Amino acid sequence: MTILDVQGLGISFGGVVAVDDVSFTVAPGEVFSIIGPNGAGKTTLFNLVTGIYHADRGRVRLAGADVTGVAPHLLAGRGLVRTFQNLQIFFRMSALENVMVGNHLAERTSLLSDLFGFPSVARQNRATRRRALDLLERVGLARYADVAAGGLPYGVLKRLEIARALAANPKVLLLDEPAAGCNAVETEAIDALIGEITRAGIAVVLIEHDMKLVMRISDRVLVLAQGRRLAEGQPRTVRNDPSVIAAYLGEHGAREADRAYG
Amino acid sequence: MMLAAAFTSRRGTLLLLVAVMLLVPLVAPSSFYLRVAALVWIFALAALGLTIVMGYAGQVSLGHAGFLGIGAYAVAIGPRHLALDPLLSLALGALLCGLVAYLVGKPILKLKGYYLAIATLGFGLIVALVLASESAVTGGPDGMPVARLSLFGWRVTGALTWYWVTAGALLLGALLALNVEASPTGRALRALHDSEIAAAGAGVDVASKKLAAFVIGAVYAGIAGALLALMNGLITPETAGFMHSIELVAMVIIGGLGSVTGAVVGAAFLVVLPQALTSLQEYEQAVLGLLIMVFMIFLPSGIVPTLRRLVLERAS
Amino acid sequence: MAEFLQLVFSGLTVGVVYALVAMGFTLVYNASDVINFAQGDFVMIGGMGTVFLASAGIALPLAALIAVLAAVVVGLLLHRLAIEPARRATPVTLIMITIGASIFIKGVALIAFDKQFHSLPAFSGSDPIAVAGATILPQSLWVASGALALFAGLSLFLKKTLLGKALLATAANRLAARLVGINVAAILALAFGVSAAIGAVAGILVTPITLTRYDVGTLFALKGFAAAMVGGMGHPFGAIAGGLAIGLLEAFGAGYVSSTYKDAVAFLAILLVLFVMPRGLFGGRSVERV
Repeated sequence: MTILDVQGLGISFGGVVAVDDVSFTVAPGEVFSIIGPNGAGKTTLFNLVTGIYHADRGRVRLAGADVTGVAPHLLAGRGLVRTFQNLQIFFRMSALENVMVGNHLAERTSLLSDLFGFPSVARQNRATRRRALDLLERVGLARYADVAAGGLPYGVLKRLEIARALAANPKVLLLDEPAAGCNAVETEAIDALIGEITRAGIAVVLIEHDMKLVMRISDRVLVLAQGRRLAEGQPRTVRNDPSVIAAYLGEHGAREADRAYG
Repeated sequence: MMLAAAFTSRRGTLLLLVAVMLLVPLVAPSSFYLRVAALVWIFALAALGLTIVMGYAGQVSLGHAGFLGIGAYAVAIGPRHLALDPLLSLALGALLCGLVAYLVGKPILKLKGYYLAIATLGFGLIVALVLASESAVTGGPDGMPVARLSLFGWRVTGALTWYWVTAGALLLGALLALNVEASPTGRALRALHDSEIAAAGAGVDVASKKLAAFVIGAVYAGIAGALLALMNGLITPETAGFMHSIELVAMVIIGGLGSVTGAVVGAAFLVVLPQALTSLQEYEQAVLGLLIMVFMIFLPSGIVPTLRRLVLERAS
Repeated sequence: MAEFLQLVFSGLTVGVVYALVAMGFTLVYNASDVINFAQGDFVMIGGMGTVFLASAGIALPLAALIAVLAAVVVGLLLHRLAIEPARRATPVTLIMITIGASIFIKGVALIAFDKQFHSLPAFSGSDPIAVAGATILPQSLWVASGALALFAGLSLFLKKTLLGKALLATAANRLAARLVGINVAAILALAFGVSAAIGAVAGILVTPITLTRYDVGTLFALKGFAAAMVGGMGHPFGAIAGGLAIGLLEAFGAGYVSSTYKDAVAFLAILLVLFVMPRGLFGGRSVERV
């Protein structure tokens, strides 16, 4: 079964082909990782899939429906949710409110009831708040609930983004370098969290530079280089692919991956 | 403790506002002061509208006085040329502001930053120009008189009456603004202020939320403009002018961007200050400019957030 | 045809001045990301300063020179006392600071000068020159050639001098400029000084045609800002093209539509340009990086 189906996606910026004919599919509950050297087009691929960029070529299907060119907020409504490589946090809001925004799609109020403060709004706020607190608990950030997000450390914000994304009830969750800049303990927490997410049947598409993490948790790995697909398969296969080793992992990376397998 | 609550909670903000509103008539030495206070309430109402646009949603508007002008001329033109009741004219003017904001906002809110600033500035200038040029309807640059407001047969006149009418309008405006702030809509607006891309990623329809904020902000300004015209009994195109737009922005920022109390404090500052400076005569403008600079340089986050920080630091 | 040509002449004359003001906006914006709303007041200082110095008996060229220097001093002070201390403020706060500065400068000008309109004698007579059925004022030629000289001088300065190159480098990447040892604060001051000088010269050139008063800066700032935005903020050629476009639109608006609505025509055109090209004529396609 396939939840996300990407076929022949491509885009150019001023004549430079950033992503070229990339295809892949992801199944529910699967961890699908996208790796590749810096500038390989990983984040651009995310931006294409999530509707931030308009693809020059190719299609994206979500749960069987063609969603190519659909606006980001509508994609979120269909269950395609992401986090960002460069944090996109609502810095002026509390951690709790950040996650509450993630629940926006589930909120049933109107502009008029919000203006006039009908009782339904207070009810809705309580429900959203409860849900957001649960999610903060799940990612281990409950104690930061009322702290302004602008004052929180980087590693915490990475998990806050995941909590916000989960609040939107994703079917497919795209995580862009969730462990970047995190210490070993935080990386472990993210590892465990991803496991938990996939057990709930959510498909995770992961961009990550931490090879240990990628090799350990991925079901399948797609390797990009210069915007093109270099290899795809199980971590073990990809790791032994000579072209991948040459283009990306290099000596050092291959050793590190070996260690991860132990 | 009470002070801290007044700065942080919704109820505290409203109670503080009511307390000040009750206090002013007791200490005002003459009706002149009541009129100045009524002006503060009116401009605070307009600034609150801008707070929703700029403070919550983070969208710059350098033409907000345009809506002030539309609302003001609605209550001048309605009774005079269309034989409408002033109160009905006020309602229609507010509606017109919302409609114009919808039509203008739909295309221009796609612009960002300085491009949005110049587009809104252009809108304000065009409104002021139309008001100054269509003399047959608007009386041209000299403006036009405004019929007295009567509410169900009761003529609204006198400084104290206007004080309470405007205070009531502001209180209602503050209540609604506070409602929005803590609602799903308010969260969506404040979210897109910080990151449109992340807000959209969370399912927020960024374009329609911005438009909603712009429309609400316009209706606030329109009602404020109508009250201004009705109280003064005379209206000129300057109401919609660039300087007024700038003053509204200055109120919102000097008071503290995004804070309801801040909008009121900022309005008080910029309404009372020129009154106090008139004794300086030709030095008035220089001192006003200097004070705006000094406040922005030394209190860049605005009066109320700075006070709030001090109070909270002391409380903890 | 003659009428058309006449409108082109008058449109280009004011358009050149808008282009100069827009150039001032662009210089400061590129160096510091600040939109300096006091830009128009440099135009006023140039014009009013020259008028009052000349009326005090100083020869016109010397009076003009002193007025330009005065504008430069004001520009440097603005940077040092108002912009530098607020470096970390948000863009909106910075805008408010420069607007406050603009009100302050006008207020001081009101005290130092007066409330009246003033003019300067045209530099080389005021007998219109006939061109293909239309006429052109000699002063318009002064404005045009003065502006050309300024643009050329500025271009040479930026491309040929070390200081100019440092300014360009700072505009391109402030951090990198700092790393290669450029004194960024001094460069920002330079940008304010140069933009003040450009504004003041524009003011002196155009005063014989448009008159001047303590508060003319507001309109020049609005039009110059609009010109810079239409061109695409930060692009020098955009500033020139935007300035000329707005000057021409105003002239055609006044000639063919209605003189009361000439400002409306210009701003409507700006709105239309921005709807089609949200980053101005030279702003290019935007790609958001996330």
